[in-house]
Amino acid sequence: MSFIKLDSVGKIYVSGELTVPAIKDISLEINEASFVSFVGPSGSGKSTLLNLLGCLDQPSKGSVSINGTLVNKLNQLERANFRGKNIGFIFQNFNLLPVLTVFENVEYPLFMVQDIPKEERKKRVLNLLEKVGMLDQKNKYPNQLSGGQKQRVAVARALVTSPKVVLADEPTANLDSVTAFQVIKVLHHMRDAFGTTFVFATHDPKIVKEAEVIYTLEDGQIKNHEIMAKESK
Amino acid sequence: MSNLSGIIRIGVRNLMRYKRRTLLTGSLIVMGVVLVIVFGGLATTFKSSVIGVITNSSLSDMQIHKKGYVESVDNLPLDIYLNPFQMKKAEMILNENKKILAYSPRIRFGAMISNYIKTSSIRMTAIYPSNESKTCVGLTSRIKGIKNPEQFVNKGEVVLPEILFKGLSLKIGDEVVILSTNREGAVNGVPLKIAGVIESVMGPSGKDGYIHIEDAKDILRMDEINISEIAIHVQKFDELKNIKKEIAKALGVTSTEQVFEVHSWDQLAPFSNIAKMIDVLIIMVRLILISIVLISVMNIMMMSVYERTNEIGTIAAMGTVPHKILQIFLTEGVALGLGSAVIGSMIGVGILLTLNLSNLTFKFHTIQILLAPSILWGDVFWTIFIVLLISILGGFWPAYKASKMEPVDALRHV
Repeated sequence: MSFIKLDSVGKIYVSGELTVPAIKDISLEINEASFVSFVGPSGSGKSTLLNLLGCLDQPSKGSVSINGTLVNKLNQLERANFRGKNIGFIFQNFNLLPVLTVFENVEYPLFMVQDIPKEERKKRVLNLLEKVGMLDQKNKYPNQLSGGQKQRVAVARALVTSPKVVLADEPTANLDSVTAFQVIKVLHHMRDAFGTTFVFATHDPKIVKEAEVIYTLEDGQIKNHEIMAKESK
Repeated sequence: MSNLSGIIRIGVRNLMRYKRRTLLTGSLIVMGVVLVIVFGGLATTFKSSVIGVITNSSLSDMQIHKKGYVESVDNLPLDIYLNPFQMKKAEMILNENKKILAYSPRIRFGAMISNYIKTSSIRMTAIYPSNESKTCVGLTSRIKGIKNPEQFVNKGEVVLPEILFKGLSLKIGDEVVILSTNREGAVNGVPLKIAGVIESVMGPSGKDGYIHIEDAKDILRMDEINISEIAIHVQKFDELKNIKKEIAKALGVTSTEQVFEVHSWDQLAPFSNIAKMIDVLIIMVRLILISIVLISVMNIMMMSVYERTNEIGTIAAMGTVPHKILQIFLTEGVALGLGSAVIGSMIGVGILLTLNLSNLTFKFHTIQILLAPSILWGDVFWTIFIVLLISILGGFWPAYKASKMEPVDALRHV
């Protein structure tokens, strides 16, 4: 049974009298613990699709189901709760909270979203920071970090709640190849350890190469759908 | 981090993130709080000092008259008086009431004063000196030339207002004649020796002199003493309103066959209007503070929400529920208001303490007032509470706006 299912999903943006269809009638299914990439040129609808999968936006038509929940039927509060429990985000611009330290940034979803006890939080945060190689930087603020370090913290933050799905918009766009490889390694580990599903919107061949399923988007439609041969990672 | 301490930490750190802006807005609120506390302390002290001088020097805390007297008080009518029977009733009620410290029966009348060369008009208050000195405790300290404050005016003596004393070029011990018309219209005069000179309480127009009540009986050719008013000094000034009610009830003021009328100082002295104006000014200053806090907090929080829209999108995307986003932003507004209010209160109290220690005095008309403002702790806590409340109000709309943002729209904001 598919973990994520999109059924005839469309998204239209309205600005005054102008209507822009960002996604046109997309149907797709994503299995649990898979690596999926959406590729395509700018404006092809990758980010919009990611927003719909992340319950950040509502489709204009069709339905989005994640782990059996019809997320397009949820209200604002229910969607927030659903995101907190099931979805992790990795943003292209890291989006770390500048007033929190590295440790506190990673801890944020555990104390503000999920009510995890302090000791457990500490254990999980330190464990992930070690995995992304940021343990020695845990007391630094984001403005004291390089782009690659910031993205590793963002990855740790997205994974700390052990979400069922991680959505990443150009996660390696601002990273050098060594750091990008390190990030990809952590993602693989999480997939293997917790069965996390990873969905990427990317241009980066390093990420595309890792994907098991690649959807090529153009003008808001799926133009191509490739299933890559599985290798032992 | 527990949820609440985490929210407070984020709020405070975000305030410190924009140090200059927070400092400027906080300073504005601090200045408002200082203004309220210092102005409130000074104005209230000034008001109480002047009220104290007025009530203790001449007016007393409250007065009992025959019904209709106060209406024509400017004419000092002799035909509206308390006869011995009514006076006895009033005295009995006043003696029974433990909250009454002292009372003084008075006869008030208009008269002429002559030094045999020049003549002038004068308002006379005839009293029993021991009663009067206990009722108006500040009176004798304003009289120059007397030897025994308890008996500041004996039979055959007069205490004159300074303005007439100087105007008629008199000396202590000189003889003057007090002339007056009685109820029937007959004129009579008696020679009296000047025992002392009284400073005017309310400026140069004061033309009030004191004589012994027995002399007034002679001048006005009364068969028996007819009292114009009874001045009363209460034990606790703060309870004046209730005491007045008790006395009025006991005297049957509310009945249909009303004989007496009871008035508190504020119904008799023009200064009560100034006192009311001071109260209005204090309210105005508080309103200004409320406006400052409301506009400042709202402005800073609106800017904060606008600048951090992307951050709001991030925390919302991570699953932070709207009411927690509201709490984060509300905490910032409250922290700014509360912090500024506490600092402002400390500075305000510090200024009042310094003024207290410096023993500064100033003159209001002829009243010498010691600038020793009391620190009204109730007002200080009330001010902090109001600032806190207004900070919540001011911060609520921006915080609510932040909490209602759709994460996808907020994340697009650069």
